[in-house]
Amino acid sequence: MSASDRGGPQARDVNRPRPSSRLQLALKDALVATAVAAALFVPLVALRTDIGAGGGLALRFRWKEAAILCGLVFLGRLALVLWTGRRGLRPSTAPGPWTDRLQQAGRLAAPAFLAVALVLPAIPGIDRYELDLGILVLTYVMLGWGLNIVVGLAGLLDLGYVAFYAVGAYSYALLAQYFGLSFWICLPLAGIFAAFWGILLGFPVLRLRGDYLAIVTLAFGEIIRVVLINWASFTGGPNGITGIPRPSFFGLPFSMAGGEGTFAGFFGLEPSVSHRVIFLYYLILGLALLTNWVTIRLRRQPLGRAWEALREDEIACRALGINVTTTKLSAFALGAMFGGFAGAFFATRQAFISPESFTFIESAIILAIVVLGGLGSQIGVAVAALVLIGGFEVFRGLEEWRMLVFGGAMVVIMVLRPRGLVGTRTPSIALGKKRTISGDLVGEGR
Amino acid sequence: MAYALQQLINGISLGMIYGLIAVGYTMVYGIIGMINFAHGDVFMIGAFISLIAVLLLSMGGIMGGPAGILLVLLISIVITGIYGWAIERIAYRPLRGSFRLAPLISAIGLSIVLQNFVQVSQGARVKPMETLVAGGIEVMRQDGFVVQLAYTQMLIIGVTLAVLAVFTVLVTRTPLGRAMRACEQDRKMAGLLGIDTDRTISLTFVIGAALASVAGTMYLLRYGVIDFYIGFLAGVKAFTAAVLGGIGSLPGAVLGGLLIGLIETFWSAYFSVQYKDVAAFSILVLTLIFLPTGLLGRQEVEKV
Repeated sequence: MSASDRGGPQARDVNRPRPSSRLQLALKDALVATAVAAALFVPLVALRTDIGAGGGLALRFRWKEAAILCGLVFLGRLALVLWTGRRGLRPSTAPGPWTDRLQQAGRLAAPAFLAVALVLPAIPGIDRYELDLGILVLTYVMLGWGLNIVVGLAGLLDLGYVAFYAVGAYSYALLAQYFGLSFWICLPLAGIFAAFWGILLGFPVLRLRGDYLAIVTLAFGEIIRVVLINWASFTGGPNGITGIPRPSFFGLPFSMAGGEGTFAGFFGLEPSVSHRVIFLYYLILGLALLTNWVTIRLRRQPLGRAWEALREDEIACRALGINVTTTKLSAFALGAMFGGFAGAFFATRQAFISPESFTFIESAIILAIVVLGGLGSQIGVAVAALVLIGGFEVFRGLEEWRMLVFGGAMVVIMVLRPRGLVGTRTPSIALGKKRTISGDLVGEGR
Repeated sequence: MAYALQQLINGISLGMIYGLIAVGYTMVYGIIGMINFAHGDVFMIGAFISLIAVLLLSMGGIMGGPAGILLVLLISIVITGIYGWAIERIAYRPLRGSFRLAPLISAIGLSIVLQNFVQVSQGARVKPMETLVAGGIEVMRQDGFVVQLAYTQMLIIGVTLAVLAVFTVLVTRTPLGRAMRACEQDRKMAGLLGIDTDRTISLTFVIGAALASVAGTMYLLRYGVIDFYIGFLAGVKAFTAAVLGGIGSLPGAVLGGLLIGLIETFWSAYFSVQYKDVAAFSILVLTLIFLPTGLLGRQEVEKV
């Protein structure tokens, strides 16, 4: 925050401050920032509205908290200006030292991540809690990779991805509830239903681009959620669906009884709760890797190349005879299908789903994972999911402050690194040697 | 007939509120081509600041009569304007000229921040405010059904029209308005001709936030209950209004707001209250499919 960014001699001072004036400048700047912060914080922090004894609203004064916040802004701003010597932070798309290293180590990092993921349940000290967290992170990795097909590869900005997640989850829950179908039959069905919805929602938005597409997909996501809430006779309404069957190990249920027909009994193991958790962990790991594998393979095939061409330039695409309709719809359908798989998995893991789980914020988190990871970068999405969802769990102690920190992190990461953590791309196909290029040269979601 | 007239009155007063928010969307979209996703939350902030101002003024014993409401309006406009300025400065200006998804993600992050900031600082519970302006005038009576025009509705319509008149003069007759329109047409060229584009964009955000804060105050006076989450739905509906009217067109935003307000009210009155949000969202989808430029929007030419 600063008073102004007008040109003239003042601006030159800002860029190349004389050592004597730097402290002066920083102090002035920090005072202005504090004044703004006071205007922002005094009404909302210092004057707290509470429902008083009489039932009406009353004000409670909290000057100390507001003063602390303003003091923090003052100190933070002062330190920032003194440190950088200029106002504000500049976004950078150049590969920073650590992203560069990440990119270079990518060949090593990806197998290393995979190896850790594969042996995670066997690592000593990994308990139920860590495995549950691993399942959660992997679910988001899968969702991120699924959305990456739509946003990162085909360049279609989708803000309603959670709708397909919901379709998958409700497909399994309802099929199990009404027809008693098992998880393994419902998993492909959930994917097919979600893909069907992807095509259905994809048709009307074929002509739209950019922000319009984003807002229409958001509207679709909300429509599906509102219908799920209000169609109570079919979906259970806001109460959701309980008692969704757990998955079995190819027909062998996980049971604490340990009888003949159960998983533990069949393999002669001590019945344990952790069997199911470990199984679920490997299940979602397998599903996520399937998503990744399909994406990597498709990128080398005509369809994947058409997606990327579409992202770069739609008009050129048409001119070259690529069928834009099928290309866009296939991206929507495939992305939705993986979302549906993840949804079915979510339903069977939780054994309970309700429309609460499929709010817009969920879509925003998944999109944030894709963009923060670096659009189109598979490893970037995985790292971003780990950082965001893992970080979200680490800050569990902050309770209601957690979302605040989360949103703030989204803003800060975007301001500092608009191209995401992995700011460079390797073209899927190249003549001769493949070279990494800056993310700035890659097309974006439209 | 009487029932429909009542819905018409309700719809217009609701539509005015949407229209005020929609103007902020359409202005920002026109000038820097991004959806200010946090704009709905600016509206929410405006409502909260009005509530706090009302309580503060009642404590001081100067809340009462039109002067009190005017004072609340002024406080809300000033502080929410500062919020608008700070939002642009912190989250959007560093990303100007960056790729297009970056400001959108930043805006979504900011929307989360604003919502949760208010939740943390003011509590998650809904805030019911006692009615400030009660009563209304009876417009007509038919078969025992009384059509009422509440004073708050008159206030909303009056204040909105006054604010929009001031705003129209600002955009069409002042140097600032000229600079804004120039930036909208061609920011680079405007900069070359000596217009301080950064300042113009900042002021656009301030004006948008001020209009949203007026909407917030009106919402508070009319409905009396606010919480930290009201911004999301209102924001999406106002954006729908902006799109329906043709994004970038200021009269279009008000027209779109009125239409959305009317559609929503009549839908709830005659079909189903539960699905009123679906109605608004469906309008958005249908508009974009069949009328992508909106009612008063300009045809956009696609260039290679």
